[in-house]
Amino acid sequence: MAAIEVRGLEREFGGGVKAVRGVDLDVAEGEIYAFLGPNGAGKTTTVRMLTTLLRPTGGTAKVAGHDVVTQAGEVRKSIGVALQEAALDPLMTGRELIRLQATLHGLPRAEGEERAEALLDRVGLDHAADRRVGTYSGGMKRRLDLASALVHQPRVLFLDEPTTGLDPVSRKAIWEEVQALNDDGATIFLTTQYLEEADQLADRVGIIAGGLLVAEDTPTALKAEVGRSHVEIAVCDGELKRAEEAVAGLGKPLPSRDGLLLLELEGGASGVAPVVRALDEAGLAVEGLDLVEPTLDDVFVARTGQHLEGDDEPAPEPVTAES
Amino acid sequence: MAPIIIFPTLLLAVQTGGASGAVDLPGFPEVNGFLDFMLAGAMIQSCLLAGNSGGIALAVDIEMGFTDRLLAAPISRFSMVLGRLAGTAALGAFSAVYYILLGLIFGARIEEGVVGIILMIFFVTLAAIAFGGIGAAIAIRSGSASVVQGLFPLVFVILFLSSAFFPYELMQEPAATVAEFNPVSFIVEGVRDPVISTLTGEDAWKAFVSILGIIALSLALSAGALRHRLRTGG
Repeated sequence: MAAIEVRGLEREFGGGVKAVRGVDLDVAEGEIYAFLGPNGAGKTTTVRMLTTLLRPTGGTAKVAGHDVVTQAGEVRKSIGVALQEAALDPLMTGRELIRLQATLHGLPRAEGEERAEALLDRVGLDHAADRRVGTYSGGMKRRLDLASALVHQPRVLFLDEPTTGLDPVSRKAIWEEVQALNDDGATIFLTTQYLEEADQLADRVGIIAGGLLVAEDTPTALKAEVGRSHVEIAVCDGELKRAEEAVAGLGKPLPSRDGLLLLELEGGASGVAPVVRALDEAGLAVEGLDLVEPTLDDVFVARTGQHLEGDDEPAPEPVTAES
Repeated sequence: MAPIIIFPTLLLAVQTGGASGAVDLPGFPEVNGFLDFMLAGAMIQSCLLAGNSGGIALAVDIEMGFTDRLLAAPISRFSMVLGRLAGTAALGAFSAVYYILLGLIFGARIEEGVVGIILMIFFVTLAAIAFGGIGAAIAIRSGSASVVQGLFPLVFVILFLSSAFFPYELMQEPAATVAEFNPVSFIVEGVRDPVISTLTGEDAWKAFVSILGIIALSLALSAGALRHRLRTGG
């Protein structure tokens, strides 16, 4: 059984604004699925519908086998949710917040306290457990939010932009925790606007733009769609021709640019070593060599005509749509 | 605590100190002192402000997303409102005890004694729930703390157009008629009755029905606002 099954999911707001326009997706048990898209693409609206915080205006969605509209209570028992902008009461302590979450999920008091201790320890907040949340850093708040979402050991965990606004160290800590949770068997649905996050964490990535799922696959497969890795080789002046001859057959030559020899590699990074050896055997002095891999941004550009990161403008209309 | 204790206490002190001669006006109810008359008004003012403060707190929770945490949990969604109202009820009970003690310290006499005190605490606690429900409904519908806070002055309009601070028999028209039919007047009279006279039953009954009516209306409005929020997302 899929952990999440979505068919034709839609959400229209007042004034006819369609934030989500017929999304179909399946997330398998134990999978990390990343929903990647810019601000305003429909990521959070989709998560709010899947977590029963917002009613869909069209389509169906099942989470942990339960319909999000007709069996919302069952869905809520099965999921853990850490929403964007960790919604924590600044006057509560970390321990109180997790105990509250345990109470909300009906855990007996003793079990709730035990879980609180274990989770605070797990996310490295045991030293700050009795401090008010208002004194926590952004990274600590996110880790606390994550811990509180785990208190009832949910089958499916929703993380809405779990690392937005965090520094690189805090971001890495969250990634490690998410990976560890997945290793323990949790299904994780996360939204992100960071390419690296989706690339590093996700088993599969769904790219959303303008409320539509425009691409969906493993990060590797998505990147393969837009081209293979290539190397950019800088050799001494006048040696370009000899270099081309030396690496002939090791990849597909691409048109030279800025005096660089460009060679597409079928095997990705594993194709670099033979190229280096061939250049060395030909006695060529290599001034520089870069392996250039396609990124999910390239996929996003190919599908939408716009870059994903560093662009706060609303997502454009998708060029293609998979449904 | 400031809205429910400090403001009404200051107003009570100012009015009792400056307008106590009003008890001699023709048509003013027979009371032992102006403070006896004013106690009920201070308590209901405190309840209205507690309701407004509770609404602001709920709206802040909505704004910062804390209510999403509650709504995503496997509990009745209306418990978010009921939990807030339980807190407001506790504030109402506290305020009733505080003003009764304050009155007794400064010479007020509660005609109905212990039974009267219990009845006052009961009515004030229920009134806090009623006014808290209205604050909750506005908070959920608007999702904005500034909107709820903006209603703060309305509390005083409602109070001054009731018998909280002055008997409506001595008001000018049309304020007198508005005050006569203002449900807040019925509640104030129900709380005041055990202080200034022996229980008539009629005032208590009217207060009880008024409070229940406001509770029913405010809970219905809160439930409707919550449904609307979940359906429309805002």
